Amino acid sequence: MNKQLFMGVVAIILLIAVPFFFSLFYLNLLAEILILAIFALSLNVLVGYTGLVSLGHAAFFGIGAYASALLAKEWSPQFLLTLLASILAAAAAAAIIGLFCVKANGFYFLMLTLAFSQMIYSFVHQSTTITGGSNGLSGLPSPMLGPVDLSNPVFLYYSILFMFVIVYIVLGLIVKSPFGHVLIGIRENEMRMKAMGYNTALYKYIAFMIAGAIGGISGALYSSLNGFVSPNDVYWTMSGSVLIMVLIGGAGTMIGPVLGAAFIVVLETIVSSYTTVWTMIIGIIFILFVVFMPQGLVGFARMFQKLAIHRLLVSQKGAKSLVNNEANQ
Amino acid sequence: MEKDVILHVERISKHFGGLQIIKDVSLSVRKGERIGIIGPNGAGKTTFFHLLAGDLFPTGGKIYYKGREITNMPDFKKAQEGIVRTFQKNNLLNELTVLDNLLLVLQRKRGMANVWFKPRNARRTPPLFAEAEHLLETWGLKDIANERVKTLSYGEQRQVEILLGIAMEPDVLLLDEPTAGMSQAETTYIVRLLHQLPKDLTVMVIEHDLDVVFGLAERMIVLYDGYIFIDGTPDEVRGDERVNEIYIGKGKTVGA
Repeated sequence: MNKQLFMGVVAIILLIAVPFFFSLFYLNLLAEILILAIFALSLNVLVGYTGLVSLGHAAFFGIGAYASALLAKEWSPQFLLTLLASILAAAAAAAIIGLFCVKANGFYFLMLTLAFSQMIYSFVHQSTTITGGSNGLSGLPSPMLGPVDLSNPVFLYYSILFMFVIVYIVLGLIVKSPFGHVLIGIRENEMRMKAMGYNTALYKYIAFMIAGAIGGISGALYSSLNGFVSPNDVYWTMSGSVLIMVLIGGAGTMIGPVLGAAFIVVLETIVSSYTTVWTMIIGIIFILFVVFMPQGLVGFARMFQKLAIHRLLVSQKGAKSLVNNEANQ
Repeated sequence: MEKDVILHVERISKHFGGLQIIKDVSLSVRKGERIGIIGPNGAGKTTFFHLLAGDLFPTGGKIYYKGREITNMPDFKKAQEGIVRTFQKNNLLNELTVLDNLLLVLQRKRGMANVWFKPRNARRTPPLFAEAEHLLETWGLKDIANERVKTLSYGEQRQVEILLGIAMEPDVLLLDEPTAGMSQAETTYIVRLLHQLPKDLTVMVIEHDLDVVFGLAERMIVLYDGYIFIDGTPDEVRGDERVNEIYIGKGKTVGA
């Protein structure tokens, strides 16, 4: 526990130090990773903790992005205001979509979420007067934090980092709480949870809203970072890539989706500078992960850790009781 | 309705399409009664429990619990109200530890399931852990508290299954073949535990092992082909030749 806290503090300090040492290009890359990590963390509430595999999570990302963009463009570019509006809009959408989706399980849940997100995509794509249709919305005013202009990329980076840390801590607390354990129980065996007296549909609904609201945050940050939104942010491929991030990183863990987001963004950036068929390469990597490393990067790290501990124990004969500690969460 | 009747079933039936599983079953259960339910395979015993526990809803008839109609109350609500069932096949949270399984029961019982921002651990939520420890000790499962359920033997899982039911502090406990698949020693152990259940707890038990059920029950119900064939004392059932014919005679093929 203390070790975790220590690692977290070190990570935050390193992230704060980044603007002093790296160029703007890397800063932007890192900002994008943090935003997509928030997005992946929100999906992980459903996929990793509640056991609901959604293929429509881009709906909330897109709603957050468009809500933020429209508000900034038409009314006020205040960062906190656009952020709040995005959260509310995404949560409201999740409240409606969730009503239908949490009645379904497994494959049907996946299809329903996909269908709803594609409905939202069609709406965004076709209502040109509001959303700009296939052109999206561009030329957004740069976000303001009170009187501070966040067009300065360092300030914007810090705002994004701040939101990331908040989301990570809040979700981290939730999944370890009694409420979070109910979600894990539903993932493991919903029927048993009902027999224990849990209204599982309600818990799934709440999880869906949490995931939606936080997905909205990531969308808002994304539009603030890029200065534009496009219908692609709502398209199902966006849902697919965030799902891949969660799975490659390690579903059902807190750090997994963050690693997954970083892995995919970095890979995309590197590979796409060499070849145009980078999606194929990502596809192959995903397949390799699913087949050989179903627990994702986190599973890989744990395996490595266990191996190291084992080696250590063998080399200093007689020590026995260390192994169980790390394997738990 | 009599005052100490806790559960009253009025002419319930259940059919799936054209197949009638439960036919016009009526039953009154008094508080603290121990009822054994036997009958050949396919007689509708488990379906009857499904109807009582709310996993299925009857196609006709009514169910009253503590004087209130609960016919179409959903399963989780019935569990909250005190009608608790254990499953015929182990149906646990296999990837979690025995302790975690138990804590999930206790945290709802103690109204702590909706705490969001406080970690659930021995330091932050001590009452839950103290109670869990006490229960595990009483039930002789303390040694395996931190084992994942899927690593346990079938018999141990069965004990956890029953412990979870009891930890719910039910008013009516429905046990669906509690000793199925257990060794003789494990069966003896479970039966001893069941005898220690509080006297005011109403227990209904489906059981193929006739020694077990005659030992536990003070009232026997024989289900046959979806209706109540006999409702009487264990002695009456034991002495009834028709029962031997439909059940015990066939018992060998059933594999009791």
